[in-house]
Amino acid sequence: MDFQVVVLAGGNSKKLVPLVSKEVPKALLPVANRPVLSYVLEQLEASNLKDVIVVVEGQESALLVGPWISSAYVDRLHVEVAAVPEDVGTAGALRAIAPHLTAKDILVVSGDLVSDVPIGAVAAAHRRNDAVLTAMLCSSPVSGPSDSGSSSGKDKTKKSGHYNIIGLDPSKQFLLYIAAGADVEKDTRIQKSILRSVGQMEIRSDLMDAHMYAFKRSVLQQVLDRKDMFLSLKQDVLPYLVRSQLKSEILLNGATQAEESGNEKANSQKNHVLLSEILANASLPSFHELALGPYGSGHVRRTHKCCVYIASGSKYCARLNSIQAFMDINRDVIGEANRLSGYSLSAHNNIIHPSAELGSKTTVGPHCMLGEGSQMGDKCSVKRSVIGRHCRIGSNVKVVNSVVMNHVTIGDGCSVQGSVICSNGQLQERAILRDCQVGAGFVVTAGSEYKGESLARKEK
Amino acid sequence: MGAPKKVASARVSEDPDDLARNPLQAILLADSFTTKFRPITLERPKVLLPLVNVPMINYTLAWLESAEVEEVFVFCCAHSRQVIEYLQSSEWFTRPNFVSTIESHNSISAGDALRLIYERQVIHGDFVLISGDTVSNMSLTCALQEHRERKKKDSNAIMTMVIKQSKASMITHQSRLGTDELFMAIDPCTKQLLYYEDKVDKLKGTISLDKMLLADNPSICLHSDKQDCYIDICSPEVLSLFTDNFDYQHLRRHFVKGLLVDDIMGYKIFTHEIHSSYAARIDNFRSYDTVSKDIIQRWTYPFVPDVKFCQNNTTMLERQGMYRASEVSLSRSAEIGPFTVIGTGTKIGNNTKISYSVIGEGCTIGSNVLIEGSYVWNNVTIEDACELRRAIVCDGVMMKSRAVLKPGAVLSFKVVIGQQFFVPAYSKVSLYQQPIKQDSDEELEADNSSGTVELSSITGTADKLNGEVTSEVSETPHWSTSEVGTGGLGYIWSISEGGLEEEWRHSVAPIPTDKIAEVTQAIDDDLELSTQDCNGLSPSGDLKFDSNINDSEDDDNEDSRDDSIYFEKEVEATFLRAVHENIEINDVVLEINSLRLSYNMTAADCSGAVFYSMVKLALETPHSSEGELLNNAKTVITTWRELLKFYLPETDEEIEVILKFEEMCLESTKEFSSLFSRILFLLYDKEILQEEAILKWADEKEGADESDKVFVRQSEELIQ
Repeated sequence: MDFQVVVLAGGNSKKLVPLVSKEVPKALLPVANRPVLSYVLEQLEASNLKDVIVVVEGQESALLVGPWISSAYVDRLHVEVAAVPEDVGTAGALRAIAPHLTAKDILVVSGDLVSDVPIGAVAAAHRRNDAVLTAMLCSSPVSGPSDSGSSSGKDKTKKSGHYNIIGLDPSKQFLLYIAAGADVEKDTRIQKSILRSVGQMEIRSDLMDAHMYAFKRSVLQQVLDRKDMFLSLKQDVLPYLVRSQLKSEILLNGATQAEESGNEKANSQKNHVLLSEILANASLPSFHELALGPYGSGHVRRTHKCCVYIASGSKYCARLNSIQAFMDINRDVIGEANRLSGYSLSAHNNIIHPSAELGSKTTVGPHCMLGEGSQMGDKCSVKRSVIGRHCRIGSNVKVVNSVVMNHVTIGDGCSVQGSVICSNGQLQERAILRDCQVGAGFVVTAGSEYKGESLARKEK
Repeated sequence: MGAPKKVASARVSEDPDDLARNPLQAILLADSFTTKFRPITLERPKVLLPLVNVPMINYTLAWLESAEVEEVFVFCCAHSRQVIEYLQSSEWFTRPNFVSTIESHNSISAGDALRLIYERQVIHGDFVLISGDTVSNMSLTCALQEHRERKKKDSNAIMTMVIKQSKASMITHQSRLGTDELFMAIDPCTKQLLYYEDKVDKLKGTISLDKMLLADNPSICLHSDKQDCYIDICSPEVLSLFTDNFDYQHLRRHFVKGLLVDDIMGYKIFTHEIHSSYAARIDNFRSYDTVSKDIIQRWTYPFVPDVKFCQNNTTMLERQGMYRASEVSLSRSAEIGPFTVIGTGTKIGNNTKISYSVIGEGCTIGSNVLIEGSYVWNNVTIEDACELRRAIVCDGVMMKSRAVLKPGAVLSFKVVIGQQFFVPAYSKVSLYQQPIKQDSDEELEADNSSGTVELSSITGTADKLNGEVTSEVSETPHWSTSEVGTGGLGYIWSISEGGLEEEWRHSVAPIPTDKIAEVTQAIDDDLELSTQDCNGLSPSGDLKFDSNINDSEDDDNEDSRDDSIYFEKEVEATFLRAVHENIEINDVVLEINSLRLSYNMTAADCSGAVFYSMVKLALETPHSSEGELLNNAKTVITTWRELLKFYLPETDEEIEVILKFEEMCLESTKEFSSLFSRILFLLYDKEILQEEAILKWADEKEGADESDKVFVRQSEELIQ
């Protein structure tokens, strides 16, 4: 398939401090002891999409991500790592790497996506509909904000604000409206002209934009070139394309395509015809054609199609874009969505590396993971947590609902609940942490007690 | 519920709690409270106008009967006597307790009507609310059952609206019934109606859905492809709601919108969509045409001309959808085209061609006449070689030979069109003069000495008319040279400026192609408009970028900018008041603090604003030279030093003051620019500003552009 994949792996997201640092960019944050980026790359490999450009914000992050990819995916994927300046936005990142984009269609995936939605299916849907844009949508994670049960009504409205507001046609194939960013909080304003031509639009607020888009390359580049103020794919490019779909300003079969060999074009058209014959759905004229109306033939109004691929509800789909999401995803990947982790569960429903050592009377509950070479003392208890490689954990330690990264030392009698402890962190005896984040290399002194704090070394 | 005839007498149920056992009642509004059918409705109520040779109200009553409604209250207002007399002589009154009439002379809207009915206390349970111009053959069983079940579960579900698939034209934005496009939002699971917009603001390219709507419902279906059938199943609460909200007039515009928008008591409206059955309301001339055609083409079966559903005469259905009643005398050479109805006792001359038309009873049509797509009512005389295209001709009209009706023409009762006269397109001809204003029918009132003036028409006018008009007419001498040709009788109603737009939309005539082309062109502009409207992004404007990127952020910025401007103004006003009324500094501080809280501003904003007001005051105090200005500033600053000082607890605020001053010197109060360093020194001298702040400010400016440094340089001396 003539698809080029761009993985936007980000840099040091401020939202994830102190989990990310100069040493650990967002792309390398561990999810069940694997960098989060590997989940996307593995999905790409499974879908046979091997031409990948990983875009990383900042030269330093690129220097960390690059070597990891080349060591892990040598011979498996053809990956280039490109560094772009920070704060150029997603659209800016694509603009920066535009010269490298050559394929007919571009698939843009966010590097923090942890999902088992077949990426190939999104690409196929894009081709099938001959769309300029296909967005992957999935149901909002049910596990989402875990404590939403107790939250009041006010929180409820706030929560829904984080989701997207999406308008679909009755066949759920076309994207007719999308509100992103600040627009979500406002009243929804639907263009009448689009509604008129479709007749019926379903507005959903329970779908999440998974930040996986397929674009027609020529269109994407035109938009990026012409609208040089567009910063974000989601907030600028997407709404723009959706809004103008009945009055397209994009040269679909214009100069750019004409340059390509006529042979290829003829082929693709033939393919399209074949496909549409096969697919009963596609043989119905879409509203885009109908919109022109019987009288519209005199002058040609260009249209383009914006499509969606809606993942089935059974698929897992989440983005690692907050500390809460980091913890949720870690928990899910060894729990309900363990098919993603690539490990097989033991009889106790957990994953313990053979080289890990457990003291006597130490219990590791279900939905836990214990990394290679980690040691645990006596009478410890681990529940619904991930513990990284080569950690040294003393006796009488309780770890619940937490993520402990690699090379962490936890002293005797510590209690860790709902917290994240980054690599090389150290907890001295009897430290008690609840809902805390401990940055890389930070030392929590003996006997101290923290609740809901972010602990990290001061960055110089 | 059994056959309606049997149960009809059991009107009051024994167990009032059991809603299901109440007989099904209906309220039929025999007045549409509009003026769309003028001038015809000046003389006869709309519900009695013949629709394929049967008065409209018969379709509605026949449907209600078939839908097992047991009791119908016919609300008559305009021409109430005509309606009542008609019903009394009709077979509907031969059925006991089926039809009863309620008469009113001063209702001007559906709201008034329902309030009156509520007062009468005749409705005991769920009822069907319908107007007398509705044609339908749907079965109510299903909708009624849904309504009752919902009502049982949720006592707030008080109304079920019947809707039907019907897509408005992309070009004219109106449905085939000639009604405006309708936008509705419906919950796809519960079918609850969430949004209703029928009077569409054409300039607004977007529909605005309240965000709370989306917060409450994960999925909403927005429809532009549904048509409101104006058949509502209501619970008795609807009537009391109309009484409680005495300003509700229109069923949809006030009642439905009121319920949806104001969310009164959490009452809910639901929809019921019908698929295979027919329901439509005759709202204007175009829907009259559309519904007539639907009847002829049998969509409304069993309410079609060849089935006897009321006292209509039997008609035979022939090939190609041609219906011919008995005793029609048709010349051999006359050609009757498809989908045409010809009423009893009509005579048609040689070589006359009639197609897609309805001809009433007792008409006389001469030779070589062409009738196409027209509606000719009863006892009309059309002389030789007349041409009628897409016109409506009412009872008793006389068209003299070679008269021509252009598409869209409407001839009201007993009009006479002179020989060879051309009635222009969309014109309306009546024996009555056009009322000057919509509701000032004084002339007419005087003429006919009828009591009440109604919005839609004049009560009693026509009652007298039948007998009197002819004589009255012949007395009027100027009609011999009338507006409608030699020997013609009638006035041509002028079409008001804005009305022309409506005329072609609502006329019986199809929309002419040039209009369509015009509107198609307009759509493109419209689309552009809506694209811009939506997010301020000009489709082609590469140059306009700066003004409209990230509309949302701009908005937010604007908001905060606005806020700070308002805040500054408020502080200034407070300060000036303090100056003029000698208010204690402590009180001023109190006031400014409360302002600060209400605008959510920082201490630095306050110090900036206070300083701004002080400098403004100094500037506005009369002065002739720079020196005086400086003196003014000195006095103000000395007097109000304490106030300013209060807002300068730290260096940060002091820097803010300097920055503010700098900004003012550049923008609003340029007069001070030359005095910058001196005032700065003054502030320093009065211990308002500390050395540290000035030095920090100078430091900050070190890296700035050359243009920004003007003032730093000016005060270099001071700094050193």
